[in-house]
Amino acid sequence: MLSVTDLRKTYPAPDRPVEALRGASLEIGAGEAVALTGESGSGKSTLLHIIAGLDEADSGSVRVDGREMSGLRDGARARLRRARIGLVFQQLNLIPSLNVWDNLTFQARLAGREDRAFARALLGRLRLEGLERRYPEELSGGQQQRVAIGRALAHRPALVLADEPTGSLDEAAADRALDLLLELTRDAGAALLMATHSLRLAARLDRRLHLSGGVLREAACGGAGRAAGMSAAGGGG
Amino acid sequence: MSAPALAPLLAALGALASHWRRRPGQLAALLGGLAAATALWSGIQALNAHARASYDAAARELGGGARLVAAAPGATIDEGVFAALRRAGWSVSPVVEGAVRANGATLRVIGIDPVSAPAGLAPGVFGGGSGDDGGDAGDGGDGGAPGGGHGSRAPGEGDAARDLAAFITPPGLALAAPETLAALGLSPGARPRAQGGRPLPPVRPAAGAPPGALVMDVGMAQAALGLEGRLSALALAGPVPPAAADLPARLGLSMREAPAGADLARLTASFHMNLDAFALLAFLVGLFIARAAAGLAFEQRRPLLRTMRACGLAASTAAWALAIEALGAALVAGLAGLAGGRALARALLPDLAESLNALYGAQLGAELAPGPAWWAGGLAMSCAGALAAALGGVWSAARMPALDSARPTAWRRAQRRRTRLQLAGAAGAGLAGAAAFGALGGLAGGFALLAGAMLSAALALPAALDLALALAERAARRLGALAHWAAADARQQLPGLALALMALLLALGANIGVGAMTEGFRRTFEDWLEQRLTAELYVRAGDPAEADALAAWLAARPEAAAVLRESEARLRIGGWPVALRGAPDHPTYRERWPLLSAEPGARDAIAAGRGAAASEQLARRLGLGLGDELSVPTPRGPWRLRIVALFADYGAAEGKLRVNDAAMAAHFPAADRTRMAVRADPAAVPALAAAVAAHGPGAPQVIDRAALKARSLRIFERTFAVTAALNALTFAVAGAALFAALATLARARLAQSAPVWAMGAPRRALVRLDLAKTVALALGTSALAVPLGVATTWILVAVVNVEAFGWRLPMHVFPGQWLRLAALAGLTAAAASLAASRALSRTPPATLAKVFADER
Repeated sequence: MLSVTDLRKTYPAPDRPVEALRGASLEIGAGEAVALTGESGSGKSTLLHIIAGLDEADSGSVRVDGREMSGLRDGARARLRRARIGLVFQQLNLIPSLNVWDNLTFQARLAGREDRAFARALLGRLRLEGLERRYPEELSGGQQQRVAIGRALAHRPALVLADEPTGSLDEAAADRALDLLLELTRDAGAALLMATHSLRLAARLDRRLHLSGGVLREAACGGAGRAAGMSAAGGGG
Repeated sequence: MSAPALAPLLAALGALASHWRRRPGQLAALLGGLAAATALWSGIQALNAHARASYDAAARELGGGARLVAAAPGATIDEGVFAALRRAGWSVSPVVEGAVRANGATLRVIGIDPVSAPAGLAPGVFGGGSGDDGGDAGDGGDGGAPGGGHGSRAPGEGDAARDLAAFITPPGLALAAPETLAALGLSPGARPRAQGGRPLPPVRPAAGAPPGALVMDVGMAQAALGLEGRLSALALAGPVPPAAADLPARLGLSMREAPAGADLARLTASFHMNLDAFALLAFLVGLFIARAAAGLAFEQRRPLLRTMRACGLAASTAAWALAIEALGAALVAGLAGLAGGRALARALLPDLAESLNALYGAQLGAELAPGPAWWAGGLAMSCAGALAAALGGVWSAARMPALDSARPTAWRRAQRRRTRLQLAGAAGAGLAGAAAFGALGGLAGGFALLAGAMLSAALALPAALDLALALAERAARRLGALAHWAAADARQQLPGLALALMALLLALGANIGVGAMTEGFRRTFEDWLEQRLTAELYVRAGDPAEADALAAWLAARPEAAAVLRESEARLRIGGWPVALRGAPDHPTYRERWPLLSAEPGARDAIAAGRGAAASEQLARRLGLGLGDELSVPTPRGPWRLRIVALFADYGAAEGKLRVNDAAMAAHFPAADRTRMAVRADPAAVPALAAAVAAHGPGAPQVIDRAALKARSLRIFERTFAVTAALNALTFAVAGAALFAALATLARARLAQSAPVWAMGAPRRALVRLDLAKTVALALGTSALAVPLGVATTWILVAVVNVEAFGWRLPMHVFPGQWLRLAALAGLTAAAASLAASRALSRTPPATLAKVFADER
């Protein structure tokens, strides 16, 4: 489902360039849930952004659902992203001018894949019934998080990328949100790559990859994984 | 709010200033808005103050407020009367006043006797105005005083004595303001020739002389004006001798105050109020930019203020810091604005001077010299504007709790509340304007109504656009996710753009209103000129004798079908200056002279000397209607005339009465009869005009119909040049407001657009949508500006013009002009939006992706 090979990314800095990724490679199969851990500034977000086509690597390859992302122009990357990828951010990035229903179905409509029955079912599973007409500012943090998860799944993506999706929630709420995310991605057959600081949460996923100094390595899961995945290979450096 | 301790205040100021260092564009918008507002306001104030100072100078020159012994209106005094009064113990000094044409301009000639003139008569020329010292006068320099003495001052020695001698002995001296000489293209010592070929005395610059005037010895003035042996008035230089107190009355004379400048100030008051109103509108439009920038800065600094409050800063200190910051900005922007205002005033002065000259015969000095009051006033306006712009922030800071919510502004709830308040404000402003119109009436009431309409429309604009966008959002749902998002996002963007759009609405409304009024006036004026200019040739002779000879010569020319001599006397009725014009009863007038309204048989009543036609503005000033009787003061006693017709007299400030020429001659034997209109075969006009110009010892003024029409239209254009310039500047400022608002919102827009991009919307599509949204908002604002503009036109035509100038124009609307302005507004918005959209289209993906990591 996702194949990343030898990604390199360097950012300019006043003293010397910062190597955010030094030949990162990974593979994730359909329905697999993988945690991505690392210290702040280790490059987790950079890796997710490059996989999503939001940013470009200096070199390396990203294949999503069999399609090569690297080298695509902005428009083509946008088409691939809206059709095959779902994104959940820590800041949620809900669209404040749209209500819950419109936020939930936005990407599906954008991709021309709106399935109202599926979206309504999703709304029920997210426990958001009755809130369809509310606007993000009228929701609690947990409710907003559930809308963001729903939006990432409403167009039935092949890959869900989540960047600290529970970072702003307390432990119990984070557990509930992760339950929901795992359950829905599994049911959808989508692959999940989730960046998190929390080893406790990471342990609940199938595998864990650790990013440090721009190098990506397979890490001990420390918990009950769902399935054995492909190993990550850190290289370079 | 008590005064804060210095240390926390300085710390707060430093922290607040860091915001501007990071956002120089926003700072530029704030300072630019204040500077533009101050420049437009202070520029017009400089022009108005300059004009009023010129009127005052003119008033002082003939001893404004001095007591004069004068004949009946339109009549002059025989020199023998002067001698008789002096013999009877009256301390009087002769004065001659009139106008001559020289070097293509009309100049006021003031003749005085420097030895007997009372202090206060021509003070500016003779040593700086006080008239009580002779020491520094008459230095022969630019001050140009001829002798340092007039009345109370004896001729001095040396230069002063030589100057006095030069002033009173042929060829004399004609003292004029340096700018007058510059305008005429005369260098010191030159001898201009008056119309009729009479040479005037050599000119000399005199700083204190009134603009547009030549001050000379009374004898020279009599010769220049063709008034040999006659005087205009006698200035009283001492107490009235009790034994001969009734002598003037027995000689048919009366005592009066010299009115010179008062008339100008009165006639031009409305004109200047018009300018003030436009300047205030421009100031408000500029203020919208400052308000938008200050409001946005406050919202962006809310977290900073919250942190400072948490660190122990008192709410009052935070409010003081914001107020001091606003005043600092006001001082910087105010000084820049004043410099801009001075430059603007200098640029507009030639047009204003020509307008005032054409409309009121007023002469303005060429050099602007704004005084300390102007600088102080401009800075005060800038400070008031800055405080008004920052008021919301200061108020909020003073009331901000230490634990102010860190949540982003609940814009939807805030917008609902704001919309309700704005709609209530709109209704209040409209009602207040209407109430003020009803209570005040007149020009002030008209402007209050206009201000109410504009404020009401501006306040209602966000609600109207929000409603339109809500409907668009509903409709766009069917067009797809992006269109739906764009409409919804435009609604969310509205509060940030509302002030700029309000400024655009005001500028568009003013442009539509003033443009339609001006264009309507132009059409009416052209039609009216076409009808009014009934003769093929207009001639003015230099003096009565020459006029008689010229009329006889013309009558004998075969190509002249008719010579229509007109007479004129100037008098005052009801305190207003009035020109009484006599014209012969001729088919030219009967068939072609346009009337606004008339009684049956009006032309016969005028021909019989029983009736008069009054100009529209005179009728309004005096409250005259058809059938009313008017008593006209004449040298032979009151002349009762029935108002039988009203006629339009566009472009003339002075009221006019038209009567039969023969009847006028009976009441005003000394009336000016130097004008004549000549009917001729159009093909023969050029040759005839050349022959007239070459006729006689003098060179009569002659102008044909086409040239006169062209000249009138040129004056018309210049009359509205200042208004047009203000309109254009207001529009430019509104465009800048939109640009500044979009630029300052660009970063916030990035946070709105980036998630949509992240979900797969191409950036190019987002840029196009951003452009479309902004243009749509500008076009929506343009559509709403149309009813405001039409209302503005109506108020200008039906209220302001009538009160300011005395004439009522037909109401015209120009849909083509609406479309042009809408296109201009759309282009302005597109340009501003494209500049702002560069942030989205040119931001590298890596930077754009950082939006998801930043706190929003």
